[in-house]
Amino acid sequence: MTALLATESLSLRFGGLDALSGVTLEIPELSLFAVIGPNGAGKTSLFNCLTGFYRPSSGSVTFDGHDITRLPAHQVAALGIRRTFQNVRVFPRLSARENVLIGAHLRASASPWGTVFGTPGMRRRERALADEAQHWLDYVGLGDKANVLAADLAYGVRKRLEVARALIARPRVLLLDEPAAGVSSVERDELADVIQRTWESGVTVVIIEHDVELVMQLAKTVAVLDRGRLLVEGEPEAVRNDERVIEAYLGRRRR
Amino acid sequence: MTWSVVVPDIVAGLFLGAFLALVAVGYSMVYGILRLINFAHGDFYMLAAFVSYSLLAVVTVGTKINWGNVVWVGIVTMIAGGVLAMAVERLVYRPMRRAAVLSVMIAALGVSQVLENGVLNIPGWGSNYLPFPVTPPSTGFNVDGIHYTWTQVVIVVIAVVLITAVWWIVNRTMLGTAMRAVAQDRAAATLMGINTDRIISLVFFIGGALAGAAAVTSSLYYGQINYLEGFSLGLQAFTAAVMGGIGNVAGAAVGGLLLGILESVGTGLFGAQWALLFAFGALVLTLWLRPTGLLGERVAQRV
Amino acid sequence: MPRESKDLAAPSEITPTALSDVEQPPASGLNVALSRLHPGLPVALVALGLAAFLPALVQNTYVVSVAMQVEILMCLALGLNFVVGLCGMLDLGFAAFFAIGSYTTGLLSVDSHWPILATVPVAVVASLIGAVFIGTPTLRLRSDYLAVITLGFGEIIQNIVTNLNQTGGPEGISGIAPLSVAGLTINSTAGYFYVFLVLTVLFTWVSYRVRRSRLGRAWLAIREDEDTAHAMGIKVHRFKLYAYMAGSVYGSITGSLYGAAFIAIAPPSFGFSESLLVVMAVAMGGIGSIWGALLGAGVVIASPEIFRQFATARLLVFGFLLVLIMVLRPQGIWPETGLGLERRARSVARSVRGFARPSTRRSGGRAQ
Repeated sequence: MTALLATESLSLRFGGLDALSGVTLEIPELSLFAVIGPNGAGKTSLFNCLTGFYRPSSGSVTFDGHDITRLPAHQVAALGIRRTFQNVRVFPRLSARENVLIGAHLRASASPWGTVFGTPGMRRRERALADEAQHWLDYVGLGDKANVLAADLAYGVRKRLEVARALIARPRVLLLDEPAAGVSSVERDELADVIQRTWESGVTVVIIEHDVELVMQLAKTVAVLDRGRLLVEGEPEAVRNDERVIEAYLGRRRR
Repeated sequence: MTWSVVVPDIVAGLFLGAFLALVAVGYSMVYGILRLINFAHGDFYMLAAFVSYSLLAVVTVGTKINWGNVVWVGIVTMIAGGVLAMAVERLVYRPMRRAAVLSVMIAALGVSQVLENGVLNIPGWGSNYLPFPVTPPSTGFNVDGIHYTWTQVVIVVIAVVLITAVWWIVNRTMLGTAMRAVAQDRAAATLMGINTDRIISLVFFIGGALAGAAAVTSSLYYGQINYLEGFSLGLQAFTAAVMGGIGNVAGAAVGGLLLGILESVGTGLFGAQWALLFAFGALVLTLWLRPTGLLGERVAQRV
Repeated sequence: MPRESKDLAAPSEITPTALSDVEQPPASGLNVALSRLHPGLPVALVALGLAAFLPALVQNTYVVSVAMQVEILMCLALGLNFVVGLCGMLDLGFAAFFAIGSYTTGLLSVDSHWPILATVPVAVVASLIGAVFIGTPTLRLRSDYLAVITLGFGEIIQNIVTNLNQTGGPEGISGIAPLSVAGLTINSTAGYFYVFLVLTVLFTWVSYRVRRSRLGRAWLAIREDEDTAHAMGIKVHRFKLYAYMAGSVYGSITGSLYGAAFIAIAPPSFGFSESLLVVMAVAMGGIGSIWGALLGAGVVIASPEIFRQFATARLLVFGFLLVLIMVLRPQGIWPETGLGLERRARSVARSVRGFARPSTRRSGGRAQ
C-alpha cells in the first residue's frame, strides 16, 4: 500500500520548545493508524502541521505524492483531509444540521444568482444537501437532534457531530484528535463503531488517542511520539510491549 | 519645507499627546482586561472636567490662580473619575460579563449617552462651551524662538509621573501581575485565588483617575469645556491605544504622544480639516507594517 | 444507534421511505418556507399589510416621515447585519457606504442630470470599489483593530465630502432629482414611504435567501470559529470580503434613494453617530437575526420620537433604555435563537403542572 500521507523530518519549534523533532512517518492509504504518546508528546502539533494549521519549522508533509507543507488550512481541507479537534470545535450557536451542512461547504452550490434569488435549481440542490446532512446525522446516531443547537448538546454528542461534519465532505483522510477523551464507555463503544464503519467504507483514518483499549481494538498500525520524537512504529501488540514505550509512559524502572 | 516650520506643531502636539496618552492608557487598560472598547471612557473624562469646573468655580475668587486649589481640585477630580468608572463597571459591565462583546459595546454607548445628556440637562452646565474659571499664567521661557510656559512643563511632568507610576504598578508589582493574569485568562486567575472582580474594579479606577487628571490639565490648558468633547477625545484615545499596541501601558502612552503630534503636524501642514485624514492614514500605515501596534506583543495561538 | 451493514450507503441510494421516518412536512416550497418562518411570518404579513395602509390611516405627514426613517434604518441594518451579525466583524463605519451611495447619486443627478434609477448601479459599483479597497488589507485584522479601521474609513469619507468643493463642501448637495419609476415621478413623503417599503421587503427577502445559502452558512461558521471554518475548506478572508461587500451594496442603494427622497444631502448625516445608529439597531434588535435587525431599527428610531415629551432629556431617557436593554438582554430583543418564548412558555407550563400535582412529583413512591 502506498503512503497517502507522509512526513519527512518534520520539526516544529515554539520559541525554546521543540514540539516536533525530525518526525518521519508514513501513513498508508486505507490504513487505520493510531498516534499515541504521553501528554505534550506533540501529537496534536503533528495534526496541526498535517492540516495546515501550523507551519513546520523544517521538514515536509506530502499527500498523495504532492508537497502540502506550506498549504493553508482551507486548501488542505479541499484536498480531502478532514479533522476533528481535541477540544471539540463545533459551531456552538448553529444547529447540528447547520454544522454538518458547513462541512459540505466545498460541495454546496455557490451560484450568486441562485443564492440571491432562490432559483428552483438552487433550492433543489440545497434540499439534496439537507437530506445528505440528515443521512450523516443518522449515521453517527444524531438523527433526532438535527435542529438542536450545538451548544445545547452533551459533550459526547458533540464529538459525534464533529465526525458527521467531517464525513459529509467525503474525505480521503480523516484525522481524529482524541475521539474517546472524556466520554462514557457506552459512548466510546459507539464512537469506535462509527470509526470502524468509516474506515471500512474506504476512508484512511488516523487517530490520536490515550485510550489504550480503543487503540488496540481499532488500529492496524501504531506510532508512538514522545517529546516531539517518533519513538516506535508498528503493530499495536508489538508497540505496547516495547520497552521504550513503557519507559516513555511510566518512566524508567529503578533497578 | 524646513524643519523649523514643523517644530511649533510638534510642541503643540506634545501637549495634545500628553492628554491623549493619559486617556489612552486608561482606555487600553480597560480594553486589556475586559476586551471592551469602552465608548464611555471619553465621557468619564468629560464629566471629570465638569466636576473640576464646578469645584474651581466655587472656590476661585478673583483672577489670580491659586495653585493650592488647583492641586486639591485635581486630586478630587481624579478620585471622582475613578469612582465614576468603577460605578459604571459595577452597574453595567459586570452583569454583562458573559455577553457578546458587541452587546457590551452598545451598553457602553448607552452609558455615554446617559453621561452626555445628563450633563446637558444639569442646570449650570448645559450645552454651551463653558470657560474654565482658572487661567494659568503665561510666564515661561523661550527656546529657539518658541515660548514655553511653566504650566505646560508642569502638565507634561504630571502626565509623565502618572503614566510612569501606572506602568510601574502594572509591570513591577504583584498587583500588576495579577492584573495581567486577569487580562490573559480570567478563569485561571480566579483559580489562583485572585479576586478578579476587585482587580477589574481597580483597573477601572485607575483608568478613570487618569482620565480625571487629563480632564483637569487639559481644561486648564485649553481654557474651556463642553459636554461633547469627551466622545471625540475617547475615539482619538482609542485610536492612539491601538496604534501603540492595545493592552499595554507603554504602547498607549507612545501611541497617544504620536497621535497628538501627528494631528498637530497634520493640522499645520494641511489645515485642520485634513488633520483627521492624516492621523488615520498614519494609523493604517502603522497597522499595515506592524499589525499588533507599535509596541504590541505577538500572541501565539494554540489550536 | 443504527447498526447498518458495513457498506456505507451513498446518499442517493437512500429510499424515500427512509426519509419519511424522520419527521418532515411534505417538501413543497410553501410548506417548507412556512415551517421555517413559523414564529414571525404571520406577524410580518400583518405588519406589512398595516404598513401598506399607513399613509392613508394616519393623515399625519410627520408620522409617515418617521416611518420612512424607520424603513431606511431597516435597510441599513439589514446590510450591516451581513457584516456584524452573520460574519461577526465589527464595523463602526457603515455610514461610509451610505455616503458613497448618496453622493454618487447626488452628483450624477445634479451635475449630469442622470435619472435616479440610472445612478443606482454606479453607486453600487463605487461602494463595491470602496469595500474591496478598504476590506482587502484590513479584514484579516483582529476585531478591535478592524473596528478602528472601519471607524476611520467612515470618518475619512465624511471628512472628504465635507472638504471637497466638488461634493459641495459643508453644505452638501441640493437639488437632487426625484425618483422616477415607469413614468411615475415620486414627490411626496408618502410616495417615498412606499419606495423604502418596497426596498425593505426586497432587502429582507434577499437577506433571508442568503442566510439559507452556502454563503450565509460560511459567514456564520467564520463568526463562530474562524480557524475551524478554515478546516471546512472555507476561504475565510474572501468570504469576509464578500460580507463587507454585501453590506456596502445595501448601504449604497439605500443612500442613493435617500438622496432622491430628501432632495438635499449634507455631511452631518454621514458621520460616526449615524454608523453607531445602525450598529445599535443590529445589536439591540438581535445580533444576526433578520427580524432583529428590523425590530432594532424600529426601536432606535421610534424611541427618541416617543420620548419627545421629555424635551432635552429625551436622549437621556433613550440612553437609559439602551443600557437597560443591553444589560438585561444582551443578545438583543429578537436574536437568532428566537424570542425564547417557547422555552419560557414550556417552563411556565411545567411549573404550573408541578404545582397542580405535588404528590406525583415529590413523594416518589407514595401514589394516591
